[in-house]
Order: sequence, then structure tokens, then C-alpha cells
Amino acid sequence: MSNFYSDNKDLNFHLTHPLMKKIVDLKEHNYADADQYDYAPKDFEDTLDSYNKVLEIVGDICGNIIDPNAESVDQEGPEVIDGHVKYARGTAENHEALTKAGLVGMSLPRKYGGLNFSMVPYVMAAELVSRADAGFANIWGLQDCAETIHEFASDEIKDEFLPRFNKGATAAMDLTEPDAGSDLQAVQLKATYNEKEDLWYLNGVKRFITNGDADVSLVLARSESGTVDGRGLSLFVYDKADNALSVRRIENKLGIKGSPTCELVFTNAPAKLVGNRKMGLIKYVMSLMNGARLGVGAQSVGIAEAAYREAVEYAAERAQFGKTIDRFPAIYEMLTNMDAKVKAVRSLLYETTRFVDIYKSYGFVSEQRKLDKDERQEMKHYTKLADAFTPLLKLISSEYSNSIAYDSLQIHGGSGFMKDYPIERIYRDARITTIYEGTSQLQVVAAIRGVTTNSFLKQIREYEKVKIDPEYEFLKRKLAEMTAEYENCFNIVDEINDKADDNDYLDIHARRLVEMAGNIIMGWLLLIDTMRDKNYAKNTKVFMKMAYAENAEKSAYIKNFELDEIGMFKIHA
Amino acid sequence: MSGLKIILLAKQVPDTRNVGKDAMKADGTVNRAALPAIFNPEDLNALEQALRIKDQVPGSTVTVLTMGPGRAAEVIREGLYRGADDGILLTDRAFAGSDTLATSYAISKAIEKIGSVDVIIAGRQAIDGDTAQVGPQVAEKLHLPQITYTEEILEVTKTKLKIRRRLERGIEIVEGKIPCVITVNASAPECRPRHAKQTMKFKHAKTITELQSANEDYLTLFENKPYLKIQELSVKDVEADVQWLGLSGSPTKVKSIENVILEAKDARQVENTNNGIEEMIKELMENHTIG
Repeated sequence: MSNFYSDNKDLNFHLTHPLMKKIVDLKEHNYADADQYDYAPKDFEDTLDSYNKVLEIVGDICGNIIDPNAESVDQEGPEVIDGHVKYARGTAENHEALTKAGLVGMSLPRKYGGLNFSMVPYVMAAELVSRADAGFANIWGLQDCAETIHEFASDEIKDEFLPRFNKGATAAMDLTEPDAGSDLQAVQLKATYNEKEDLWYLNGVKRFITNGDADVSLVLARSESGTVDGRGLSLFVYDKADNALSVRRIENKLGIKGSPTCELVFTNAPAKLVGNRKMGLIKYVMSLMNGARLGVGAQSVGIAEAAYREAVEYAAERAQFGKTIDRFPAIYEMLTNMDAKVKAVRSLLYETTRFVDIYKSYGFVSEQRKLDKDERQEMKHYTKLADAFTPLLKLISSEYSNSIAYDSLQIHGGSGFMKDYPIERIYRDARITTIYEGTSQLQVVAAIRGVTTNSFLKQIREYEKVKIDPEYEFLKRKLAEMTAEYENCFNIVDEINDKADDNDYLDIHARRLVEMAGNIIMGWLLLIDTMRDKNYAKNTKVFMKMAYAENAEKSAYIKNFELDEIGMFKIHA
Repeated sequence: MSGLKIILLAKQVPDTRNVGKDAMKADGTVNRAALPAIFNPEDLNALEQALRIKDQVPGSTVTVLTMGPGRAAEVIREGLYRGADDGILLTDRAFAGSDTLATSYAISKAIEKIGSVDVIIAGRQAIDGDTAQVGPQVAEKLHLPQITYTEEILEVTKTKLKIRRRLERGIEIVEGKIPCVITVNASAPECRPRHAKQTMKFKHAKTITELQSANEDYLTLFENKPYLKIQELSVKDVEADVQWLGLSGSPTKVKSIENVILEAKDARQVENTNNGIEEMIKELMENHTIG
């Protein structure tokens, strides 16, 4: 009997972060639900205890059902029968187990049958499911759509759709089309209003839709005929029961093969408008995407954890030249670096999640009552941080999950290249994380604002206020040195960029600057973690070695790059 | 419409799957302090069958009944987390040292006390004693029909059950009338995981004794949230006769215990040819390992 939650103390460590008190108090406003629902907590301690106990259930299901099913799900995959998706046997079993345990709709309010969990334990559950089977994590993680309905739809739609989630309804977000991938403004699927029925009808095609045949679908469609950009798009909710959507085919993918990626045809599909017209892309999809990016962060960390564990296990068993391979410097250095990276990026994941948690909770509180001035300011503060940290997290975590899966497979040697070990699947599953919900390149476009507007630097200044024990002062000094160098590099880039007619110079160095900031932030997070628990000291020191050297390399590259040298890289004059 | 009243007999047992040196005491009884206490595995299979009856016959309830010391309330909470409705802890000093005969007497008295029970369901046997006697003895004492070795309850109505039994040499499908006693094999489907809401609801479920030792105000608690009460029953509550309980009511005596060390003999390589395999099968049939 394995338990993916109990066997990883790192999770409980983050669950008991000092900021959790504020997060839980906001989420449970005065613990008023306790009188109405027998499973609602009565105070902060009771809530954390509930989080812990429920995560144990998630860990149990992940360790004993989802993980053992992962291999067969990868082999079988889903299939299309008469225009509908049939999950692999293991996928259906996983979904049923989680539903029967009441684990769908975790973050929804209790009045809709949810658990009213804050984001931190919800994201932890997503990490656990991803460690067990990253492909299945997509199907389970799409309950995010319920969150979007909850945030933006009318009470009528909320009452109709939300209670279905805890009973096991699956969801999909239907955004991309053959000619609208990264550029969603080009969406063409047509929404036509029928005044008599007060209903919208959808017609058109969607492509690359994860879990496209779900019970509840959120669909981005062009409601304003004659428009061509994002301002003509609205968001709709479609119910599978209306039977007006057919799955044309399922993509044959490199990884996450258990998760059906569908091409969909809508034929006069009745749908209801979510929120206001024309706000589909501008507001709702942006919010949906931010949630999805946090989800990919959790998925990436789960994959990295799985890959690291496979490497440790294999290296401890595999003997060559008369000893197990984890005794060779080339291997143990890799393993220790992988461990430090997993810990660092997990700290970034939960730091980001806490920011999201707080601003979202303020949003819901503001629906009940007017926020006071301090509260409004705090909400703004955390919204800004969440906006800056979310693309940073998506970028770094997805790249890490790939590099850690790569190293883990490398440690497996020839065996890792065969289908005999889980790492072969994990390696393939990792690959999508840097691509979907916005490629790494697009995350940089969003995250560079954290550099240019000083959001990252301001937060680093906050970290600098934390009291550090004398024996770790040297790490604090290293971080200060790295921060000065980061500022220096940004100033250089900014100054040169100002002289140019376009933004290419900044764009070309953007990723380097963002990653420099990321390294400093993760270094700080680990150092602060160490102040709470000395067991993080080794990971912190190891991570800082890598981060310091990496930033120095980036700095050297930036300083050795003249403005006119961009020309060498250009494909088109 | 009222459903079936189901009693699950569950036992808290020492986890004998990881036995160390000090697992047994010198007097031949199990050293419970040295082993972690768990929900007897086949009782979990039985719980799953009980919950499936509840799923199929609306209005049914599952009550977890366990006999043991105060800490056995843990088993009841585990049952509640997974979908049971309430629990009863049969606890009294006078029960200590009971063998299967005395235990089944105590349990049958408790069930009589509870009254109008439709289905009594238990694991085939517990991993500490491995006797498989308590379920059948309870049935005899209550004069109820029994269906042992259950692998799956195939059909259930308010008056009848159809059950697949897993026997040594095959399977048997039988029908039985309600009320009855059912014991369930390990080959039955595994128990469902805990339910998130049930777990959060029942994590504070306690016996009065537990609340007293934690100095909590149980009167107010139970008045506001009666579902949090795990009922305790004593010898007196179930109107049992002490002479049939504990050591005096237990004819089983342990004569002696022995350490058995299973040693593998030398491995032998069998030639991977039809001939070699045939020779091996012949040999295994001759010494009655198979066939």
C-alpha cells in the first residue's frame, strides 16, 4: 500500500506554510459553513487537519489505483466510437475512484457539493495525480472549468452545472481551432443567437481539445458576426446531453496518451452564454488560462517528482563495475541536483499558488461585501504577484520536468530507452508541458513584464527582509550578489533596447532575464524554507551552486552581445 | 421506504504481514503492543460488500460493530470514512481473553440487543487468529442461515440475496433469505477508498470514554451532532452472562508455541524442454504438490 502524499514530506511542509492561516481564514470566512454542513471545519486547525486527511485519500488513490493503471492506459489509450470518446479501461477506473471518494469539484463552494478547498491543497492534489499519471491529470484537472463557471457565470448556470461536478461530471475547455492556436483572436467557431428560445447555437470545428467529449464544455466562439479580433468572442457552456457535438478523431500523440485530444464538430449545438458578450477571450479565457498554467505547473512538478524517484530507485539497484551506480560521482551529482531542482520548483509552485489563493478569495469576498481600503490594496498586490509568478512558474516547472525526466532516463541507460521501465512513459509525458497552455516562448512574453515592471525585484526585496540565521548568511550574500548582477543585466539590456527602433534586443534576452529572476526567487524560497526546517539546507546549498553559475553564464552572454549582432540571427532581412 | 439494516463485524488486528521477533509473548498469545493495529483485511472486503448492498437498496444502513479495547474505535472511524453510517464498540474488561466461542457469544448478545438486523456481514477470518469461526458461530447462536466464502453479492432485494461463493475447487452461486449471516473472502473486490466528505464529517466521531479522557464536553457535542457518537456497549448493556465470557468462557487453551522457520531447499534447474517440464510435473504430482 503506497501513499503518494504520506511518502512525500515536502507536501505537508508547504501545506503548513505560515501564510496558510490568512488563506484559510479568507476562504472559510468566519467558518460560517460549520453550522450548515457536517463536513465543514470549525477553525483554522480543523481545516488544515481536513486538508491533510483528504490529501491522504488522494495519495492513497494515486498510489494504489492511478499509478498502477498508468502503463495500461498509455498502451490502450482512448478511442472514438460513433462520434464519442471511450476512455481506456484504467482511465474510467481512475475517474470513478476519484468521484466515489468525493474528489471532483474540490475547490467549489459547499452549496454546489464541493469541498470549498483553497488552491494550495487543490494544487497539491493535482501534483499527486500528475505524479501517478500525467495524462490522467488533464482529465481530472479540467474541473478548473467549474471554477470559471463559478467565477463568471450567472446563478442560473451555476445552479444547473456546478452540482454535477462532485457527482463526477467531466469538463473540457474548447478554445483552439485549426487556424487559432497560440493566437486565439483568430477563433472562428460561430455562435448565433436565437431570440425566441433565448439560446445560442454553435457551429464549427475545434481542434486539439483535451477531453473534448466531456459532460460540460466551455466553448470560445465568435458571437459578433463581422468582427475579426478577440473583442468579438464570447464564452459558452455546452451540455453533452444535447448531443450536438461529435468527435471526428483523436490525435495520435507522443505522450499523455491516455488523455483524449479531440477534433470536434459542433452542429447547431445549443449553448448558454457565460458572463457577458465579447468578454470571452479578453477576460474569461485569460482567467481560465491562468488557472490552466498553474495546473501545468502542478503537473510538471508531479512529473519531475516521479522521474526523480525512478532515477533514485534504479541507480540504487543497478550495479556496474562491482557497485551500484549511485556510488559514482557522475550519477550521484545528477541525482542530488535533480532533488534540489524538484524542491526549488515545488517551492515556487506553492508560493505562486498562495498568491493566486489570496487574490481569488478576495474576489469572492468582494461579492458578499465591500472590501475596505487595505483589503483592496492587498488584493491588487497579490493579483499582480500572481500575474507575474504564474508564467514564471509555467516556464520553469515545465522546462525542469523535461530536464529531470531527461536525466532520469539517462541514469537508466539503455534500459531507460526500452519500454520496460516507467521512465520511458514519463519522459514522453513531460514533453507536452513546455508546449500547451502557452509555449515556453509565450510564457517569457508574459513573464518579462515581471522584469520590466520590477514585480520580481520588489518581491525579492520582500524576501530580503526575512531573518536568516548567521550560518546561512553566506547564501544571503550570494543572493544579493546575484540580484545586483540581475539588475545590472536588465539595465544594460534596457539601455541598448532603448536605442533601437524595435523591441528585438529585449525580446532576444527576455528568457535569460526571466530565468535569472527565477533562479534568485527559487534560491530565496529555499533559503526561507530552510529557516523553517533545516532539512532543506542541503537542497538550498546545492541549488544555489547551480543557480549562481547559471546566472553568471547568462550575464556573460548578455554582456557579450552587441545590438547589431541581432542581424546574424535573423532569418529574414 | 426503509432499506436493510446491515451490521458489519470488524476487528482491529495486529498487522501480521510484517512480523518481527517479538510478535508472540512467552505464554503463546499475540504481543499486540509490538505490531501496528489495522482494520482486518477481509473485514474491509466485507465492508465493500455491505456498502454495495447499501448502494443497491435505498435507505439501507451499515453499522460497524467491533469488540475490543477503547482504541478499537479507530476501526469504527475507518468504516465511517468509507461510507458506514454509525458504529458500536463492544467493550468491557470482562471480554478480555475471549476465544472465538466467547467472542461470538458476546457479539450475538450485542446483535440481539440492537435488534431487527437484516444482514450480518463479516470477513471470513482475522489475520491474527485465522480461525474463521466467529462469523459461523454468530449465525448459529442467532439461529440464522449463513453463507460463507462470499466473493460477491450478485443480487440483493429486501428479502433475498444471490451470492457467488469462492470455494477451493471452484465457484458456487447460491441464494439465501434475509435475515442471514455472510462471511467474505479476500478474493472479493477491494474496499473503496475513504470518502472526502465522510472523512471530514466523521473525523471527530468518538466514544464517550475517548472524549472523557480528552476532557471534552461530550454532552453538548452529542446533542448538537449526534452522528459523532460512537456508542459503547458493556457486558451489562447487552445482558450477557459473564461466565460465558473472557477466560472462563473460553475453552481454547494454547498448549505451546513453536517458531517455524521456513527454509528453501537447494534450487534445481529444470531443463526448458517438453521433456524436462513433463518430468517436473510428474514429480510434483507424485509428491502431491499439485493435482
